[in-house]
Amino acid sequence: MTDKQRDVLLSIQDLHVWFELRRFGLGHAGYVKAVDGVTFDLHYGETIAIVGESGCGKSSLMKTILGLNKPTKGKVVFEDKDISAFHAEDLRQYRAAIGYVQQDPFGALAPFMNIQRILEEPLIINGVKDAAERERRVRKVMEEVKLSPVDDFLHKFPHMLSGGQQQRVVIARAIILEPKLVVADEPVSMLDASVRVEILKLLRGLQEKYRLAVIYITHDLSTVRYFSERVFVMYAGNIVEKAPVNSLVHNPKHPYTSALMDATSDPDADNALQYRELPPGEPPSLVNPPSGCRFHPRCPRRMENICDVDEPQDLPADDHLVACWLYK
Amino acid sequence: MAEQQKNTLLHIEDLVLHFKTTKGSVQAVDGVFFDLGYKEAVVVLGESGCGKSSLAKAILRLLPRNVAQYGGKVFLEGTDTMAMDEEQYRQNVRWVRMSLVPQAAMNSLNPVLKVGDQVAEPMMVHHGVKKEEALIQAAKMFQHVGVPVDFLDRYAFELSGGMRQRVAIAMALVTAPALVVLDEPTSALDVLTQANIFNVLKRLKKELEVSFVLITHDIATSSELADRVAVMYAGQIVEVSDAHRFFAEPLHPYSRMLMASVPRLRANQEPEFITGQPPSLLNPPKGCRFAGRCPKRFAKCSEEPPIANVDGIQVKCWLYTS
Amino acid sequence: MNSIRKFFSDLSQYPSAIVGMVIILLMVIISIYTLITIPYDTAITLWRGDENVWYKTPKTAQPKWINWFRKDDLLETFSFNSANGDGTKTEEYSNETNKIFISFPFEYDSNSFPQEISLFFTSKFDQKEPFVSIKLITPDGREVRIGSFAVGKTQTYRFSQDAKLARRLKGNSPEQGVFLDITTDPPTLVKGHYELQIEGVGFEENSTVDAELVVYGGAYGWAGTDHRRRDLTIPLLWGAPVALAFGLLAALGTTLITMIIAAIGTWYGGWVDELIQRITEVNLVLPFLPILIMIGTFYSRSIWVILMAVIMLSIFGSGIKGYRAVFLQIKESPYVEAARAYGAGNWRIIMQYLVPRIIPLLIPQLVILIPSNVFLEASLTVLGLGDPVLPTWGKVIQEGIANGALFQNQFYWVLEPSVILMITGLAFAMVGFSLDRIFNPRLRGV
Repeated sequence: MTDKQRDVLLSIQDLHVWFELRRFGLGHAGYVKAVDGVTFDLHYGETIAIVGESGCGKSSLMKTILGLNKPTKGKVVFEDKDISAFHAEDLRQYRAAIGYVQQDPFGALAPFMNIQRILEEPLIINGVKDAAERERRVRKVMEEVKLSPVDDFLHKFPHMLSGGQQQRVVIARAIILEPKLVVADEPVSMLDASVRVEILKLLRGLQEKYRLAVIYITHDLSTVRYFSERVFVMYAGNIVEKAPVNSLVHNPKHPYTSALMDATSDPDADNALQYRELPPGEPPSLVNPPSGCRFHPRCPRRMENICDVDEPQDLPADDHLVACWLYK
Repeated sequence: MAEQQKNTLLHIEDLVLHFKTTKGSVQAVDGVFFDLGYKEAVVVLGESGCGKSSLAKAILRLLPRNVAQYGGKVFLEGTDTMAMDEEQYRQNVRWVRMSLVPQAAMNSLNPVLKVGDQVAEPMMVHHGVKKEEALIQAAKMFQHVGVPVDFLDRYAFELSGGMRQRVAIAMALVTAPALVVLDEPTSALDVLTQANIFNVLKRLKKELEVSFVLITHDIATSSELADRVAVMYAGQIVEVSDAHRFFAEPLHPYSRMLMASVPRLRANQEPEFITGQPPSLLNPPKGCRFAGRCPKRFAKCSEEPPIANVDGIQVKCWLYTS
Repeated sequence: MNSIRKFFSDLSQYPSAIVGMVIILLMVIISIYTLITIPYDTAITLWRGDENVWYKTPKTAQPKWINWFRKDDLLETFSFNSANGDGTKTEEYSNETNKIFISFPFEYDSNSFPQEISLFFTSKFDQKEPFVSIKLITPDGREVRIGSFAVGKTQTYRFSQDAKLARRLKGNSPEQGVFLDITTDPPTLVKGHYELQIEGVGFEENSTVDAELVVYGGAYGWAGTDHRRRDLTIPLLWGAPVALAFGLLAALGTTLITMIIAAIGTWYGGWVDELIQRITEVNLVLPFLPILIMIGTFYSRSIWVILMAVIMLSIFGSGIKGYRAVFLQIKESPYVEAARAYGAGNWRIIMQYLVPRIIPLLIPQLVILIPSNVFLEASLTVLGLGDPVLPTWGKVIQEGIANGALFQNQFYWVLEPSVILMITGLAFAMVGFSLDRIFNPRLRGV
């Protein structure tokens, strides 16, 4: 359960993000309902993980939080301010208050800018005019991400760095404006196994040191234990389960969460001796999601006339909130 | 030795593939060895920069124009394929006895051809079979990999990522090869889809009696298929073991550190990372290539270690040479 | 600095690029040299070519080097000017008369005749005009009497116009006849040492005469002359800076503006993008050359106007479609998304994040575009729409064709500028294609 002592930094309230499907520019052929009713609160200094497969809406959710998309319905409230009311200047300040770590470390860095320039850009855009001040902050943040000696790296270009080093630069850029919230979208999935751990530990260290709130988005369940307090599982535009991380891992309640857990392998030679049980089918279309619970067509525990009729709300089960009629 | 080779589907020894580039010779594959039996799967584990993507090309002789050196022994079902010339190889080995599912295969399907036609094509090219017969074989393959047969008439963009990957696997299997090399088959796929693909591969191993060489960096999922494990570092194989002993307790220091770096869902241990970076393949260091990052290095490591045999496990490390 | 050095070392891997670069470098050096030695005003004056400017050059003479290919080599034009100290001049004043003796000795060893021979006299006197008597001493010792007459302040005597002389030379035209031995049948050309002697008498103390002899051969200079006696090296040299400048400015202007338009359209999307695409499509259908011809005919043929028109008609060209395709890809890049996330404004993203990505692709395009613009300018000029005052390569071709050079064996007139145009185009093309291979690694052989 969340610490009631901490204040709410970010509040997502019944957020819907729908994208219009245009038919040759005349009228529309329906909506892609990428995010379809998501509500949660994030407190200062809290780390949460959003877990889901591709197409579940986690990227759209993240982009809306970053201010790159507009909500179709519902609100994103940051420090008690509704961001849909923001205009250019406020929006810029809001974006500066959120750090963004992307999945592809090489793509996230402009190939024609050297490291110093890459790190200075956010400062320049956000009005830090003094060049000496900028250099000071760049150096500081590079020490933080352990890219040292700093002078060796400042004039290099992204392609001269390894994947892990590139991702450190991305992280440095994300924290250089001293944000309160960092959104990390699959920050290690394109890195090698041995480097992943390094980067995750780095992020964790920074989070602890600066009391950052972190939203860690991933499809790899095995990493959430090292990096988050709470986990939200997303499926087809909804959050289907919210729980503290250890509780989720040892005792998943939503059938989809169980399926995800079952499908995640740990390195064990016995794995090769048996087949894994998996839910059939594929994630549903976001244009025409199934009626009622969106997972019901694939769910091994579905209940006729209940799961296919109404969409389940968040139902409490121990310290979880599960959107599943099994817990009524 | 010959006895052993009769029961071994694939015997690779001293496989070498170097590329010519403007900066010099890239020694991508520099001494790869392992054996593979029938109905078995060997996983070649390695991280980026170890040369594993070149390994797939080397095994299947899919060479680019700038080859500086290519050699070694590749014995397939007892026959030395390296002794064949290009035309013999094309007619008798590639996509006849051995095929490949390349990296990002799902993205390299031809967008303007129906997937059924693409899967049928190797049959028509390599076995001179007519199109109708080839499509029948393709339909059979679709069933084996779990793609609905009416998808034969669909185009690549109409299929999801997981489906496309299965089509690519079907394409590699349609000529009933004895061996399929898979290069990172699931790296871009979701957890559930990935697990599905591995279920398919497990079934194929049993039902079609096909062997696999799985090249990947994903240690956790590799355990789903592996009967044997080979670890690749800086162009060389440093350990070849059977899966049970490897995943329980690997021998080579690099293997140990790799295993220790895997985050586990169900266990409580904190993963460890490996400091430093793999050496450049342009100018690999003399001696043991892992020595620079190895916590157990000692004086002898400045010489190239021999391949030691520890109770059936092959390890390229001075620690195990008596 | 390092990247520039690396760039040149990459380029030097392609032999064709080296050749191209050498040629371009040569052209640049020639252009600079020309602009310094023949400044604009001088060039225009020379090119306008009133009679007095080009009096010493023959009409439509072949270039000197044609003699390497000819059996009967043409006579090279030569001249003597006593006022400059050529030849010998002696003066003797006695009995209130100034006896002046001018001698121009020369070797005649060509198998061809001169086109014309002229003598230009200048004299000084108060009231009485000096009197001259001209004769030519042949190699075989004959004295051919040319003429005698009084000389005004300036006087021009053209051999070909002297009918009496022609009669004396048995009907042969004088500029040929003076070099013939008319005793033989048919008359033969006498080669060897000739001397033109002018005996002049001045009737006052300071009265004197100076003479300039010009023998106009069939050959002159390294580039020949045109119908207005103008030395063709002037337009051939001056054509270089004009061509380079026009080509470069047009290519640069078009490419840069096209790129920025494409970037704006792609980034903003929506109606801005649609508008730009529609304008482009309409513009692609417009007939490029006819419009330029209309502008040239009805408005102005000044090269700056044409340059502006070319740029304006080109910026919404097919390049926009190509750049747009690349920009659409770049727009989706993670680093652009990151820039938006840390608050970069639209203009900053366009200029600092999108445009730098496309510059490597632009450069080969630019280089290949230069020769097409050079050819365009030449084509327009050949069609009669060139800048009226500038001496350019196209102008030479146009005048050559207009004056029937191709029917009168005066091929040099048209060939010289054509070959130079082709070499220019080739040089830029070779460099451009090699640049393309550098900047687009996929085209590289490994």
